[in-house]
Amino acid sequence: MQNDCGMNSKKCIKVALVGNPNTGKTSLFNQLTGLTQKVGNYPGITVDKKQGSCKLLDGSLAAITDLPGTYSINPTSIDESIVLETLLDVESKEYPDLVIVVAEVENIKRNLLLFTQVKDLKIPTILVVNMADQMTRKGIFLDIEKLEEILQTKIVLVSARKKEGIEALKKAILNYKEYYVNPLFEISEKIDQAYFDQIKASLSGFSLYKSWLLITQKNHGIFISEASKHIIDKFKVDQDKLKKYQHKETIYRYQYINDVLKKTYRVERAKGKDLRSRLDKVLTHKIFGYMIFIAILLLMFQSVFDWASIPMDYIDAFFSNLSSWSKEVLPEGVLFNLISEGIIPGIGGIVIFIPQIAILFLFVAVLEETGYMSRVVFLMDKIMRRFGMSGKSVIPLISGTACAIPAIMATRNIGGWKDRLITILVTPFTTCSARLPVYAIIIALIIPEDRLFGIFSLQGMVLMSLYILGFASAIISAYILNKVLKVESKNFFIVEMPNYKLPSIKNIFFDVLEKTKAFVLGAGKIILAISIVLWFLASNGTSDFKNAEKIVAKKTIGKSISVEELESEIASFKLENSYIGVMGKMIEPAISPLGYDWKIGIALISSFAAREVFVGTLSTIYSVGSDDEGTIKQRMAAEVDPITGEKIFNFPAGMSLLVFYAFALQCMGTLAIVKRETKSWKWPMLQLVGMGALAYVSALITFLILK
Amino acid sequence: MQTVADLHRGEKGIIEELSFVEIPLALMEMGCIPGKEVTLIQLSPLKDPLYIHVNGSHFAIRRETAERIILAE
Repeated sequence: MQNDCGMNSKKCIKVALVGNPNTGKTSLFNQLTGLTQKVGNYPGITVDKKQGSCKLLDGSLAAITDLPGTYSINPTSIDESIVLETLLDVESKEYPDLVIVVAEVENIKRNLLLFTQVKDLKIPTILVVNMADQMTRKGIFLDIEKLEEILQTKIVLVSARKKEGIEALKKAILNYKEYYVNPLFEISEKIDQAYFDQIKASLSGFSLYKSWLLITQKNHGIFISEASKHIIDKFKVDQDKLKKYQHKETIYRYQYINDVLKKTYRVERAKGKDLRSRLDKVLTHKIFGYMIFIAILLLMFQSVFDWASIPMDYIDAFFSNLSSWSKEVLPEGVLFNLISEGIIPGIGGIVIFIPQIAILFLFVAVLEETGYMSRVVFLMDKIMRRFGMSGKSVIPLISGTACAIPAIMATRNIGGWKDRLITILVTPFTTCSARLPVYAIIIALIIPEDRLFGIFSLQGMVLMSLYILGFASAIISAYILNKVLKVESKNFFIVEMPNYKLPSIKNIFFDVLEKTKAFVLGAGKIILAISIVLWFLASNGTSDFKNAEKIVAKKTIGKSISVEELESEIASFKLENSYIGVMGKMIEPAISPLGYDWKIGIALISSFAAREVFVGTLSTIYSVGSDDEGTIKQRMAAEVDPITGEKIFNFPAGMSLLVFYAFALQCMGTLAIVKRETKSWKWPMLQLVGMGALAYVSALITFLILK
Repeated sequence: MQTVADLHRGEKGIIEELSFVEIPLALMEMGCIPGKEVTLIQLSPLKDPLYIHVNGSHFAIRRETAERIILAE
């Protein structure tokens, strides 16, 4: 797979895709690149960098980068600043040979604003007008020839979803060298000639528009020399003036665009708007709006617990069979144990997540693709503001039910820093999919499989309450943080209300695939590593561990027990005296008030870095401890206290564990991403300690009440 | 002085002026510029934010921002 222009490619054109959100830019990217796409990171920041390649007609290659969607070249978030950075840094090997600006036929006016800005950077540019298939239906007429002439740009009509116009676009990419690079708009002329002449004279290394962009940005680009930075800083002193001129520039750009469209664009009848207003009336209605939103959330949780359980049971059984099969097939030895008792259950613990994660990502993707998510933001903003967050916080909180890591990254488009910080801090309370296997297995052990009124499954309702607990604790902590935190921040809130669209299966497929893959690989590495360490700690131990056979044999002298019983005695004696057993016993005094024994202690220790390891650990522990075959669930259910003979996973202990996992922040990935996004260890540490203390105290109270 | 915040649902007005210092550039880049017609499409159930249509764009802003967009009499 060739994604960027490497040394070996004979001819390769670097293409950057730029465009407003909701213009079908991603659809176009998917059509051009298909399965060649991969997601990387921009150096130093965690913005997803989507790249792929596309073969052109003469056999040469186009390396296509899908830049983050933005309304303007002037960034309002880290993601958007990537666009400016990429287009300004001429020296970089990422600097495109060609920019494709994607516009959508219905929002062409606003889309052209970004186009005029990009065009003024003097990079060869193609304007793609997407959703061209909608033109006749919506009575839109666009004079392409004339528009090409006025904008001095190659224009390609495309219907990305229907795969129309893609070949024409590929042809157009090939001719990139022929395109005009004249700017459309000379900013100095209409605003303040003297002032811009001064800029021109001081910063000779850049074109005037580039200099202007460099001056008006908050941060310096990485590629700017110290000398230039100094000059730029001087111009930055008068911020009010800069702002005023930026506003003027925008007004002039829109005037220009209005003039151009007057000559080339006509809407004969305003159909289509009907659907938007009819749907809006219902979806943003003061009663129905909220009811529909709650219904969608319910459907989401129902599907995660009910539908996902079918493939999950299969996966669980499959890995359990695989483990016993490997025991029969593989030769005895160290490797044998590592594979059948460490690696296979470890991988199983990751794979079992896929159905739930994929379903959650699927829901989020559909809600975003259809345009519904913006309506949720609109409905929820005022409510969320009471808790110190923004309507935009709803998206991270919902995505948080899949995984806190992408959710925290999704907070970037929240305008105010305080709103954003609070959202970041409380997002880990939402029930992420890593908590699900823990919940699922404990619920299955302690809650009967009955149905209430013959419809609602009791287990489903307990799971539902845990989700509600997660959201409620997020909201309550946000409320407290809002009162306590003294952070200065300016707020600004603009949310586009895009047209409603049927979701594109291809877009959703790639979105879900990419996110699931990233999650499984990312979490997978940690889980696999921990399973191997655990296995090592469980199969090595103190001197008692090494002499287990002798010691147990001595103890059982005179008692009549079968060979199997003797073996099981030896195995559990070994586990107790293994390193991990010793560690578990060490923390037992601290956790026994919560109702846990030292085996659960082991699982708690190991799931410190990633909570989903809990299940894998228990399965590793119990398979080390007994030769019983069968699923993890059965093994855990059979576990009894050696002294009292009571079940370990009884109702009070189980509930206490559920509460513990609901609150504790056991996720290295989350800590790392919070550190990156807040640029400080202060906030992740606050989360770790605060949530940990809350978890311990709440689990203690739960156990004491239920005991 | 009438602002976008004073509009009723379905009502239209012409933007006369935006306060330069307090209005974010992004709002103008979304199409909110003097001389353009603005329609209040929908009010959120709690009267805030406001869902407007201006210059070909549909978007939602908060009341505090809407109050800064002054309409022609």
